Amino acid sequence: MSILIDRNTRVIVQGITGHDGSFHAVSMLEYGTKVVGGVTPGKGGQQVHGIPVFGSVQEAVAETRAECSVIFVPARFAPDAIREAADGGVSLIVCITEGIPVLDMLKTYHYLNEKKVRLIGPNCPGVISPDKCKVGIMPGRIHREGEIGVISRSGTLTYEIVYNLTLFGFGQSTCIGIGGDPVIGTGFVDLLEMFEKDDQTAGVALIGEIGGEEEERAAEFISIHMKKPVVSFISGRTAPPGKRMGHAGAIISGGKGTAEAKIKAFENAGVPVAARPDEMPTLLRERIRGGRK
Amino acid sequence: MKLFEYQAKTLFERYGIPTVHSEVVEGADEAKWAARRLGGKVAVKAQVLVGGRGKAGGIRFARSPEEARKAAQDILSMKIKSIPVTKVLIMKAVEIKKEYYMSLTLDRSLKRIVLIASAEGGVDIEELAAHSPSKIHLLQIDPQRGIEEKKLKDFLKDILEREVEKQALKGVTGMYRLFMEKDCSLVEINPLAHLSTGELVALDAKVIIDENALYRNKDLEDLKNREEYSEEELEAKQYGLSFVSLDGTIGCIVNGAGLAMATMDLIKLFGGVPANFLDVGGSSSPEKVIHAFDILRRNKNIRAVLINIFGGITRCDDIAQGILAANKKMNLGFPLVIRLIGTNEQEGRRLLQDAGISAFEDLVSAVKEVVKYSDPEGQ
Repeated sequence: MSILIDRNTRVIVQGITGHDGSFHAVSMLEYGTKVVGGVTPGKGGQQVHGIPVFGSVQEAVAETRAECSVIFVPARFAPDAIREAADGGVSLIVCITEGIPVLDMLKTYHYLNEKKVRLIGPNCPGVISPDKCKVGIMPGRIHREGEIGVISRSGTLTYEIVYNLTLFGFGQSTCIGIGGDPVIGTGFVDLLEMFEKDDQTAGVALIGEIGGEEEERAAEFISIHMKKPVVSFISGRTAPPGKRMGHAGAIISGGKGTAEAKIKAFENAGVPVAARPDEMPTLLRERIRGGRK
Repeated sequence: MKLFEYQAKTLFERYGIPTVHSEVVEGADEAKWAARRLGGKVAVKAQVLVGGRGKAGGIRFARSPEEARKAAQDILSMKIKSIPVTKVLIMKAVEIKKEYYMSLTLDRSLKRIVLIASAEGGVDIEELAAHSPSKIHLLQIDPQRGIEEKKLKDFLKDILEREVEKQALKGVTGMYRLFMEKDCSLVEINPLAHLSTGELVALDAKVIIDENALYRNKDLEDLKNREEYSEEELEAKQYGLSFVSLDGTIGCIVNGAGLAMATMDLIKLFGGVPANFLDVGGSSSPEKVIHAFDILRRNKNIRAVLINIFGGITRCDDIAQGILAANKKMNLGFPLVIRLIGTNEQEGRRLLQDAGISAFEDLVSAVKEVVKYSDPEGQ
């Protein structure tokens, strides 16, 4: 089994009539994802490349029994779209949108906390369980089904590492981009826990970056709770403090969030840190064959 | 978006946070007149967005308007961390009994806004946190309830003297309202001073605003300060590029922030020094690539440029077209090393090949190639 999504996951696309929404709805459909509907307020009854459009998430869920929604709505409207998805009855929300104000996400995060729903993102490439289901914007063809779980705060850097894994002969169980914003729905720890329980997953590649303390918490979790091997990569070793490096969350501030601190935390937890993206597969091979942590 | 002290203090006044009477000026004579209006004895403070201005000599005390003029003249001819000072704040001198630290910020791990306070104000708070963490107190604010007076009272009780408690409650409430209404990521008062007159006032003010929320804070947009970003950084923003200038010799153009950072790190790992961070973003059009080159070629330190593209939404043929167009349009003046892979890779590669340009598939080989140029002797 993979985690979060599999070949039976029924997906709706919020913002399906928009430029990005329609493009990626088709690309997901072509990958084999069960895209059962789309949502755009006021445009219910239309179709996008044969996918029925509904006026609300509630309506879409009632008609299609969708359990996952992927959001391509502009930043200003995305927090409301997330709430609508949560209230509409899906259990997994993947928000691709970049640029949502932090305070909006903070309020949304606490709103979701009271409900039985998981949010991935925002500002993320999405989730893919290779050869089964893709909910996001990543290029499907670089992935292969297999035994490595991938968790990352980045987009294209994840593609780089997945590409290296696939070339080396390692397929992936599920790859998740958790998002590059300061406040995100699901962090490393929850996903590590799921991978630890997932029988398809033999090891995990974790891709972190400067900013925040998500990696430090992951390191602590791994050292206490994980038997499966985890290897990591941290980007931003050369990033200057106080400057935002593209992602809203990638900033060293108040002396916190340095690559150095994260690397140290992982090394202390027995998690090897690759110096280059193409070292990840070899590090995993050593640990998975050798059967040690 | 960072605000200058004088701008932050204007916001403070609006939210009922007391400050000391002050005026912002751009010239030495103006400073003299301002000092006269403020009673003669004043502090002259450089208005810059970088930290450490006190240590750099950017704050001076003057006992007379004439001294204020001189201090202003000196400070206005200074550069602090290579940024010229163009404005000084003339602030009425006050007698301080005690200094505190107070700030509101987002704790990313807790997913809450936190109030940070210390009875040791006026010091470098990061240093204090590193050396005496027990002197720093933290109050989590309930996202649903906001500031709760009873909890705040209990919290402040151990930090502040009793006689300023009431003023502090009002001040912190104002800080919180400002934080929430104006989408701040930081509201900091350091020092918060208890004056001999009994008042509790903000001697300094630091405010950072979430740029993603500027659409609903139109009144703040005018406060955008050119000093926060270099000219190139501002221009990059306009074109939808994420750009940060650094001081190395190897320029980079990459799609995606994480990959761009990893590319910089690899350049360093193989002995080069990156000249910049540049993320062309997703769905990059050929125009974006041209703009990126246009910004990089102004940096005279650059010896070579690495283009690293892992096409997802970004199409390699778009990038190749951008490279060719830029090559035709302008004299780049530096060698290019290209790594192209992902969506429409074949088309992109063919376009480049027809123009006699080759591209790497593998990232590490491309990085090794580009760092050869960082040392001119090695050529």
